[in-house]
Amino acid sequence: MSSDYEFSDDEGDYYDDEDMMDTQEDEDDDEMMGSYDDFKIAPKGKHKSYEVEYESLSQDAVEKLMSADVEHICGIFGVDRDTALLLLRSMSWNKERLIEKYMDNATSVLCAAGIQVPEPTPENSRSHSTTARRATRSTSKFLGLSTTSKSKSPASPIATSPKPFVCPICFDDSPDLNTRALVCEHQFCTGCWSTYICSKIRDEGEHAIRCMAEGCHIIAPDTFIRTVLSSEDGDPEENALALARFHELLVRHFVASNSSLKYCPYPGCTNTVSCPSASSKSSLILMVPTVSCGARGIGGQSMSASQVLEKGGGLGIQAKEHKFCFGCPIDGDHRPLICTVARMWIKKCRDDSETANWIKSNTKECTNCLSTIEKNGGCNHMTCKKCKHEFCWVCMGPWSEHGTQWYSCNRYDEKAGIDARDAQSRSRASLERYLHYYNRWANHEQSAKLSIDLYAKTEKKMEDMQVTSALTWIEVQFMKKAVEEVDKCRMTLKWTYAMAYYLAKGNEKDLFEDNQRDLEKAVEDLSELLESPIEPETIPQLRQKVTDKTVYVQNRNEIVLEDTANGFLEGRWKWNAVVEGFDEPERLEY
Amino acid sequence: MASISARRLAKELREIQLEGCPVGIALVTADDFATWRFSIEVMGESLYEGEQYLLQFRFDSQYPISSPAVQFVVGPERESPIHPHVYSNGHICASILGTEWSPVLSVVAVCVTLQSMLASCKKKERPVDNDRYVRTAPENPKKTRFHYDDDNV
Repeated sequence: MSSDYEFSDDEGDYYDDEDMMDTQEDEDDDEMMGSYDDFKIAPKGKHKSYEVEYESLSQDAVEKLMSADVEHICGIFGVDRDTALLLLRSMSWNKERLIEKYMDNATSVLCAAGIQVPEPTPENSRSHSTTARRATRSTSKFLGLSTTSKSKSPASPIATSPKPFVCPICFDDSPDLNTRALVCEHQFCTGCWSTYICSKIRDEGEHAIRCMAEGCHIIAPDTFIRTVLSSEDGDPEENALALARFHELLVRHFVASNSSLKYCPYPGCTNTVSCPSASSKSSLILMVPTVSCGARGIGGQSMSASQVLEKGGGLGIQAKEHKFCFGCPIDGDHRPLICTVARMWIKKCRDDSETANWIKSNTKECTNCLSTIEKNGGCNHMTCKKCKHEFCWVCMGPWSEHGTQWYSCNRYDEKAGIDARDAQSRSRASLERYLHYYNRWANHEQSAKLSIDLYAKTEKKMEDMQVTSALTWIEVQFMKKAVEEVDKCRMTLKWTYAMAYYLAKGNEKDLFEDNQRDLEKAVEDLSELLESPIEPETIPQLRQKVTDKTVYVQNRNEIVLEDTANGFLEGRWKWNAVVEGFDEPERLEY
Repeated sequence: MASISARRLAKELREIQLEGCPVGIALVTADDFATWRFSIEVMGESLYEGEQYLLQFRFDSQYPISSPAVQFVVGPERESPIHPHVYSNGHICASILGTEWSPVLSVVAVCVTLQSMLASCKKKERPVDNDRYVRTAPENPKKTRFHYDDDNV
């Protein structure tokens, strides 16, 4: 199921597309490099260990791939494109299985795909008792087509009289009514067809559109839908939208059926990313497949990278690159941490497990009314605020029993008391440990959210600089680059804290945390520089400092990403929790 | 679009008034094109002999392209029939009200189908997940994605 393309005959087409995409990417890269020559550090063309090879495909390019599959099936089976398309869709684009099944029993495959009307069998499973019963009722009179048209009872007035056609859905009976039917010959007026198809596509997001007749399993082929939606019935604007959406749904279905393709998750984006090296689950424990579809922006304002540059600035949310993980649904970039562990972390943060942990380590329950009580000082003689129950914090027994001899309680509890205290302090230590990582993680997350403000502020500063100094627009771009770099590194830092939480104690973790600390420090220094006020006379020095720092930060980020990525490939990282695909930790110790 | 729904319902209503409903089914209220109510009774020998239920249809502007929301009316003095596909809140798990809905089906056709669903019942019992479903069920049964597992009852 995984790599359909590698075995197919249409390799020629496939690689043509790839070449085409490559050239486009190169152009974009060149443009980017043109404006930021200062910052170029890694030799171009070298594949970094923390990057994954992928290519971005536009909807057109994916449609070309689909076409190639369709042509292939047309050639083998000698069927038309519509049939081939329906066959492939019914088999989730698995050509091998389709060919096998089709060769085995073509009729049953055609019927299952909704292309051919099944031969009527004496005991047709679909028309169960209810249909049979209804056919004898008066309802079938005005709903002439509620049973199949062939079996219209001759007693029914509509069938016998040569009256003009009445659409069984809207009851329109005008003599110039246009009708349409699929191979099953269930006639309906063109208006109803277009309303029905629009509603199925736009409201239900359905691409397999069945005939409107009850119990009919024939599916409308591509050409039929196109004809209906481009005819004059219905609102032309609605129809055009529905048709576009229909094509998108087909592409989405194709992409979803192929594990080496993934649809860009950004709203309104219709690009697809192909990343065969991350298509298997086992590959995801070795790398983080962060990809980008090449587009930027949200919704209708999507634009390509070159358009962004043309517009001059391209800072802020409007120009955000469509970066996502090919292996999991976490949006954005979660490098350097692999998908499974990143998901574990997100789940942990979302769960109330840590709240429960806190309650466990800091509170006890009143034995009478079960209210949760936090002891914040004082003696062991507790009086519940709610029910006024008096009890001993140490043994949880009623205070009345202690009376004069409460010391015996202490002695009796000695062994158990130490155990309980140990358990409590362990629980507290684990909570503190979690909070340490969580606070840093959340801090970077928060900073990333605030980066929109920072972008705006920086743009303002860049303008000021152009006014107060002799620097040109191109020359003040160092600020923007620095902000982008800080943003990117904060993302990396954020996930290093999640990773550190799960890393098992040892030299490897120490080295990892050293790298993390260096990056953290570099990023903070650069951040501070960006926030510092601008004095016209020190702008050249500031520019030099910021540029230097940016390059340094970039380097530190590379080191962290590169080292962790290599660590995954070498199997160097050990976890302190059970992670799918890895050896179980030797000891569950933090 | 609304006009199709209104025209279609007007026509269905006229048919009902002209020809009457099938035996055991009677129109109770149809004051507008939003909500109709029918009384429904199973004729002949069945587990529901002598019992009468109230069936409610709610239509949106997409009718008949989209299915009507159909349920049994449950009130202080009224219960839904005890049937493996009928929940105690009146919701009905029947494929023709969901995925198998076809625009050629009519209100009367749905009544007849439900009548025959009751007639063919062999054991009066609630669906197995009744309590869980009723606790969390949406107000409109169309919002539930039923899993149709049994075609025979």
